[in-house]
Amino acid sequence: MKTLRDVAVGETAKVKKLNGEGAVKRRIMDMGITKGTAVTVRKVAPLGDPIELTVRGYELSIRKDDAALIDVEEE
Amino acid sequence: MSTSEKKIVIALAGNPNCGKTTLFNSLTGGTEYVGNWPGVTVEKKDGPFKKHDGVVIQDLPGIYSLSPYSKEEVVARNYLVEQSPDVILNIVDGTNLERNLYLTTQLMELGLPMVVAVNMADVLKKAGDVVDVKKLSQELHCPVVEISALKEEGSLAAAELALELAKSGKTGELPHVYKGSVEHAVAHIEESIEDKVPAHHLRWFAIKLFERDSVAQKRLSLPGDVMAHIEQHVADCEKELDDDAESIITNQRYAYIATVVGMAVKKKARKGNLTTSDKIDRVVTNRWLALPIFAAIIWIMYYVSVTTVGTWLTDWANDGLFGDGWFLAWTSGEKGGREAWDEASGAFAEAKARIAAFQEAYSEAAGAPAEAAEAEKGEDAPAFVVADEALAATITRTFRLEDEESGEVTNYPEALQDLMSEKGVDSFSREELLAFVAENGEAAGVKLAEGKDGPALETIPGESKEAESFPLAGFVADYGSYQEALEVEEPEPSDYGVWVPGIPVLAEKAFAAMGIPEDGIAHGIVFDAIIGGVGTVLGFVPQILIVFLFLAFLEDCGYMARIAFIMDRIFRRFGLSGKSFIPIMVGMGCGVPAIMATRTIEQERDRRMTIMLTTYLPCGAKAAIIAMFVPAFFGGSAWAATAMYFLGIAVIVFGGIALKKTRPFLGDPAPFVMELPAYHWPSLRGVLIHTWERTKAYMVKAGTLIFAASVVLWFLMSFNWRLSMVGLEESILHDIGVCFAWIFAPLGFGRWEGAVASVTALIAKEQATATLAMLAEPVAAVGGTLAHVRALFGEFSPAYPVLAALSFMIMNLFDPPCIVAIMTTFREIGGARWGWFAVLFQILVGYCLALVTYQLGKWVVYGASFGAGTAAAIVVVVLALFFIVRPAPKGAAK
Repeated sequence: MKTLRDVAVGETAKVKKLNGEGAVKRRIMDMGITKGTAVTVRKVAPLGDPIELTVRGYELSIRKDDAALIDVEEE
Repeated sequence: MSTSEKKIVIALAGNPNCGKTTLFNSLTGGTEYVGNWPGVTVEKKDGPFKKHDGVVIQDLPGIYSLSPYSKEEVVARNYLVEQSPDVILNIVDGTNLERNLYLTTQLMELGLPMVVAVNMADVLKKAGDVVDVKKLSQELHCPVVEISALKEEGSLAAAELALELAKSGKTGELPHVYKGSVEHAVAHIEESIEDKVPAHHLRWFAIKLFERDSVAQKRLSLPGDVMAHIEQHVADCEKELDDDAESIITNQRYAYIATVVGMAVKKKARKGNLTTSDKIDRVVTNRWLALPIFAAIIWIMYYVSVTTVGTWLTDWANDGLFGDGWFLAWTSGEKGGREAWDEASGAFAEAKARIAAFQEAYSEAAGAPAEAAEAEKGEDAPAFVVADEALAATITRTFRLEDEESGEVTNYPEALQDLMSEKGVDSFSREELLAFVAENGEAAGVKLAEGKDGPALETIPGESKEAESFPLAGFVADYGSYQEALEVEEPEPSDYGVWVPGIPVLAEKAFAAMGIPEDGIAHGIVFDAIIGGVGTVLGFVPQILIVFLFLAFLEDCGYMARIAFIMDRIFRRFGLSGKSFIPIMVGMGCGVPAIMATRTIEQERDRRMTIMLTTYLPCGAKAAIIAMFVPAFFGGSAWAATAMYFLGIAVIVFGGIALKKTRPFLGDPAPFVMELPAYHWPSLRGVLIHTWERTKAYMVKAGTLIFAASVVLWFLMSFNWRLSMVGLEESILHDIGVCFAWIFAPLGFGRWEGAVASVTALIAKEQATATLAMLAEPVAAVGGTLAHVRALFGEFSPAYPVLAALSFMIMNLFDPPCIVAIMTTFREIGGARWGWFAVLFQILVGYCLALVTYQLGKWVVYGASFGAGTAAAIVVVVLALFFIVRPAPKGAAK
């Protein structure tokens, strides 16, 4: 299953499912990454982690480990 | 208006970075009360509405949601549900409506009157975007207005509207957020709890129960059958929609918002894809440029706040305001400006040296101290009178340093003596001396300079020491030059500019005028305790102000979030956050602003850990300890000094790793899901208010506690048990030192001097050097301070003085910081229990490091026999390794 972690910089993907539970998952959803949302990977931090996303018109940063919890499909 | 009337409360709610603070400041005029919410370290602010009496603006923490997972969110929702403010003023960022309205959909379920203020109207206008406020108002069923908090456009009107709404108490009908089966299930839940919650909170509790929100479940503590009934509805819904309850609610909220935004917002088609903010971000977080730019920004911040401006201001505060006094900048008097002053005061210092030299030579020649003629002493004249003119005329003591026969070591500047005695040199020819000074440079403590009578040796000014000049060619201390020197008048500062006397000078004058004795208790309390102690605290203020100014700027412009973005990878490895970087760096200057700077870290756990670890990089005052011990015991080696900084880094890294696995810090890693706000130029007003709030908090809270602590310490240092004033050697503190000296025995300095120096180091770390210098003086007859200290440690540990010194230095560098920093820790870490935890941890680290250094050093390096101390040190090492290496225990935390 392709996750947000695998999406290349500059690509946009659509969220299929959020795995995980509790605080991290709720936080990710609260920030607007919900089922069906289009997410663009903007860049990777200079040291390789975390990554920067564009979601619902703003910039959001999450760690790669958390990005791996988000199943996506190509737009 | 009567005071008994209940005040109307307007609660400000909104996302972080939505302009809430700016709005709050402009509504209250910045006269707010800042504190913490009860029991937690989340900032609580409220202030009176400046336009209306009896109206309070309550600022809520900036939050994205009302979930039960973050402390800020729980604080906000508890307040909204339990306290029920009269109206909510919800600020939303118009440039980011979708995510901002997500909180709005939750707030409106609380059933309180609410006004939505769409902020950043100016930015929207500039971008050509249009928000249809009327349409938005229709959809959300509550009044919506456009404002620009930064430009103060519409802010007041929005608050007035909220006030009106509060008075009428009108609440809007709930919009239809949820679809089909979800609405159905929620309606059922509402039915079953109708009689158990206030009517206006019905929807709120129903939704929370649908989400299986633990906080709400606990609050209502419904009977089992009702819970089962609710659970049935939720489970059915989950099954139908193939998702969990929390996700269902979140999804439907966002879906609802998408339709509302679609109807109410018309975005102008962007020409290029990049806004200015995007362009800036492309550069500053660029893969290759990010780190150099980051380093440059940090360097500038460090350079300005710690090395240059910060130091100037701190020096001004300590030597000027709380010292002799200072010149008003850019002023000059009839005799010239600052340069002329420096020259004149230099000449006066030299004249004083000549006078002292002559008097010493004369006294020796006369065979008795010449101070005998005390009676003839005038008001300001030195206690010295030349009784025998003939004898005086024969005196020619020159500071001919090339005079090998005399071997007069006392003629060398004291600073140089230390190095000379260390290298086993008694005297020099002039050439040797020049070579010696040139070769040893700064370490010699003197440098070659141009004096009044040709080349001179000048001492390098250090901590609270003025430069002294020693002419090389030898000033001839004869009677003629002595009389000449007596003529040199002390320069009057007011001739060289506008001179403002320092507080101690003024206080001294006032005391003299009132006739209060200088050795009395009142004098001691005012000068040593109040001016000394509180002056030290206030002396930090200018530097703190600058650090906070930078922090406020970095935060408000949006770069702070990028720092976390850039540094997160490194710091999360040892349990800290990317934002911990700034405090740790500021800590190299001073631990107090460093601890205050942790306020930018939202995650409580990260913040606490950063507070505990940030003071381990030696600060400016600890550098003074290094500056004494490294030349005294390690030949001034730069490696020894650098090693202390690396040891500090190691303590932070391994301390973090070990702490992360301890019970208080255990649990899921804090989610790092962080908004990277658009860059914008911060408003001056906002930055200044931000800076001032934090500085004020420091001055008020730390100032009062420090004052008390200073008075207590001063008392212990100046009194004996019979409560009469004595010197340090007979004081209560001395006796305490004797009692506790055994504690330090395993560290190699188990004598009262070591204990007392370590205790006084708590006042300010550099105090340890002053105390040691004072206590070491009687120990050795010859040499300078460094030689005395060497002798003292020779008595502490005859076989291993160098190890004992290293152990003392390490203990004082890595035990709890000074009392100001400890007090700040207690205030910032959130509760006395945490404060004690931090201090105990720091004591443990300092003591254990010193123990290991001394005991293992003795055993491994010097081949001492294995003893109980060695065993203890090995146990400490093994335990430390265990705490660092052990896997994180599972399930121990909540």
